[in-house]
Amino acid sequence: MLTSITSYLHSNETPGAAGNMFWALLYILAIFLGLSIAVIAMNWLERKVLAHMQVRLGPMRVGPHGLLQPIADALKLLIKEDIMPAHADRLVFWMAPLITVLAAFTTFIVVPFGPTHAVTDMNIGILFMLGVSSLGVLGIVTAGWASNSHYPLIGSLRSSAQMVSYEVAMGLAVVSAVLMTSLHGTGVYGTGTTGSGTGTLSMIGIVKAQYDQQIWFAFKFFPLGLIAMFVFSVAMVAETNRAPFDLPEAESELTAGFHTEYSGFRWSLFFLAEYSAMIAVSSIAVTLWFGGWLRPFPNALTGATWDLLFSLFPGFSFLGLGALALLSAMRMPRHRMFKIQTIGLAGFGALLALIGLGLLVPPLRDRVQDIYWFVAKVAVFMYLYIWYRGTFPRYRFDQLMMVGWKILLPTALAALIATAVVGVF
Amino acid sequence: MSEASKYLSQLQVGEGEQTFLDSNELIINMGPQHPATHGVLRVILKLDGEKVLGTECVIGYLHRGVEKIAENRTYTMFNPYVDRMDYVAAVSNGLGYCQAVERLLNIEAPPRANYIRVILTELNRISSHQLWLGTHALDIGAITPLFYTFRDREEILKIFEKYCGARLTTHAFRIGGCQYETYEGFERDVKSFCNFVAPKIEEYEELLTTNRIWVERTKGVGVLSAAGCKALGVTGPVLRASGVKWDIRKAQPYANYSEFDFEIPTRQSGDTYDRYMVRMAEMRQSLRIIRQAVERIPEGPIMAKVPKVIKPPPGEVYHSIEAPKGELGYFIVSDGSTQPYRLRVRPPSFVNLQALDLMVRGQLVADVIAVIGTLDIVLGEVDR
Repeated sequence: MLTSITSYLHSNETPGAAGNMFWALLYILAIFLGLSIAVIAMNWLERKVLAHMQVRLGPMRVGPHGLLQPIADALKLLIKEDIMPAHADRLVFWMAPLITVLAAFTTFIVVPFGPTHAVTDMNIGILFMLGVSSLGVLGIVTAGWASNSHYPLIGSLRSSAQMVSYEVAMGLAVVSAVLMTSLHGTGVYGTGTTGSGTGTLSMIGIVKAQYDQQIWFAFKFFPLGLIAMFVFSVAMVAETNRAPFDLPEAESELTAGFHTEYSGFRWSLFFLAEYSAMIAVSSIAVTLWFGGWLRPFPNALTGATWDLLFSLFPGFSFLGLGALALLSAMRMPRHRMFKIQTIGLAGFGALLALIGLGLLVPPLRDRVQDIYWFVAKVAVFMYLYIWYRGTFPRYRFDQLMMVGWKILLPTALAALIATAVVGVF
Repeated sequence: MSEASKYLSQLQVGEGEQTFLDSNELIINMGPQHPATHGVLRVILKLDGEKVLGTECVIGYLHRGVEKIAENRTYTMFNPYVDRMDYVAAVSNGLGYCQAVERLLNIEAPPRANYIRVILTELNRISSHQLWLGTHALDIGAITPLFYTFRDREEILKIFEKYCGARLTTHAFRIGGCQYETYEGFERDVKSFCNFVAPKIEEYEELLTTNRIWVERTKGVGVLSAAGCKALGVTGPVLRASGVKWDIRKAQPYANYSEFDFEIPTRQSGDTYDRYMVRMAEMRQSLRIIRQAVERIPEGPIMAKVPKVIKPPPGEVYHSIEAPKGELGYFIVSDGSTQPYRLRVRPPSFVNLQALDLMVRGQLVADVIAVIGTLDIVLGEVDR
């Protein structure tokens, strides 16, 4: 038992691929925990960022700068009365949020946070991811149906139509990225490298291909990679029902869309699923087009100095955040009413700084690098989600369909064909 | 509207009706508790999928019997009540009422009072349009303009508060003039507000005017032709967006609007986008009027000679003004006593709301929300 645990430490494979169940379970737990923290952080960040875009402060009362607000909200949701409409289909109503959450969380099995930092490395990783994440729509449709109410029904119908149509464009964009793993091209578009030559659907394989070919797929066969990436990043917003494609839960039209009748814990499951799904599709985008866990310029800027420099990023990021928190604590009003808040913020800053210092220690420094770059890239996409929400009005249903079928689909198809042609010649 | 009545009779028996696709039409109740009906409007929608087959408005949830109250109050006592009709444009309501009674009494407000009235009314028009813009954009899904407009509207409310102590239901005017002299620094405040808000209007436009989604959501949505407007008695920006150059400030000048140089913005196609553009232009024109008025405001009394007890001679009067939402009219019948025999309000929101069904039929559910927003209704005024 103990040997099997320790023996894995020197493995070059993911625990799933190595068949080490103990580590696989540990990874699952770590991802589950990390994801929950990420959703909580995202909740706080979204409210803060959106608030500052909208000339207001956002949560300020619960904890310093509202840091504890998501936790307070989660507690509130947990202790709320559990209401089920009288004419709801009880079993389906109960199952719907579970399906959505399950679909959103299961996708993370194949998300590679590093060359070995994934639960498992499936040879059909990206296919698994698309398949499972699209199961989420089932939960939404059943939620709308089971509520036995008009607004949720319309919301869920919209949602199913929307997700099905955008999955096509999304899938085509993904295929062109997959093609890029095996096609190198010659002439103008030649990347000048000869990789293994065989394509792969494995998430880890796709990132490794980007390393071997010395280019992020977003920039490969310029501008084809960018077009496919663009199509994907539009489709992924629609896929996760976020603004400007948030029709299924269009507040001004359908009150709250498919989750109108949900409250308390069940509703929070939908919330959790939505944010997990956002992180999941952002992970796909990062993996396919932005080199996954690879640090910037892994081939061009090599050597001990560059390695050291890039490995200091995680530590210094945390130190920077800690310094920011400490600075804010110092700027807090000197009044006894703010005493606890100031201490709390200073403590939080100190904790962040401590983590930052810890991440500067050599063995840890190199271990977390991959995870750091992956999370940082995903964070950019998450920020974009908030930005969209602050900027765009909502599409109407027919316009949404038009964008999906008449703009994104042909574009993705053209990019795919062009990629294939350019890659061969 | 024979077609409408035909439809309404269908609505009663419509449940379980079959279309050619053998599917049930869906009748949903939008409101009275709904985030986008701007208060307690209830709209019964008959849907075929997402397509709207027809609507029926149910109003009266905010009915307070304002017109009946008028019959039991003296002319002076009724004055604050009008603020509660269109509560986002209380100053306009007050102006219309005061001027109607002044016409009954055959008195004229002094010039200085008229200038103060114009400044406050135009400020109120801007604040009303700002509130409309924020909520309308919110309905269409753009959440950010709401906070921008509310931030800037605050400056107007601050001026109101400094002038008369109230922010929303101002009760700023009295029969015969204004109760209060302007406070110290009023002109400075108004001028600095004009300089402050002009670039802000550009800022709203930057977010929306050329925004692809905004244009797609509003162009060609809820089209109301000039003929349709006239048939239904629709007034205000909705009418002007259909190409009819009708503004009571120019057509039948009241107060001292004839002294100011301003334009009536019009657009041709009568869709939601044009109504948006007209209101944006109107905000600029209001600023223009305010700037001129502040420059030229004369010294002098602010109250005309009004008898202690207001007892208009028997007779009737209809006086209408251009409120931010359209023609706001007061019809007052006096029997020579201290109380109106009958007071009837012509509320622009109520009349404009009629057009809803005409504008949304055959369009999608999302357009109903956009059209309710673009009509700029205030339920306090619809129901009175």
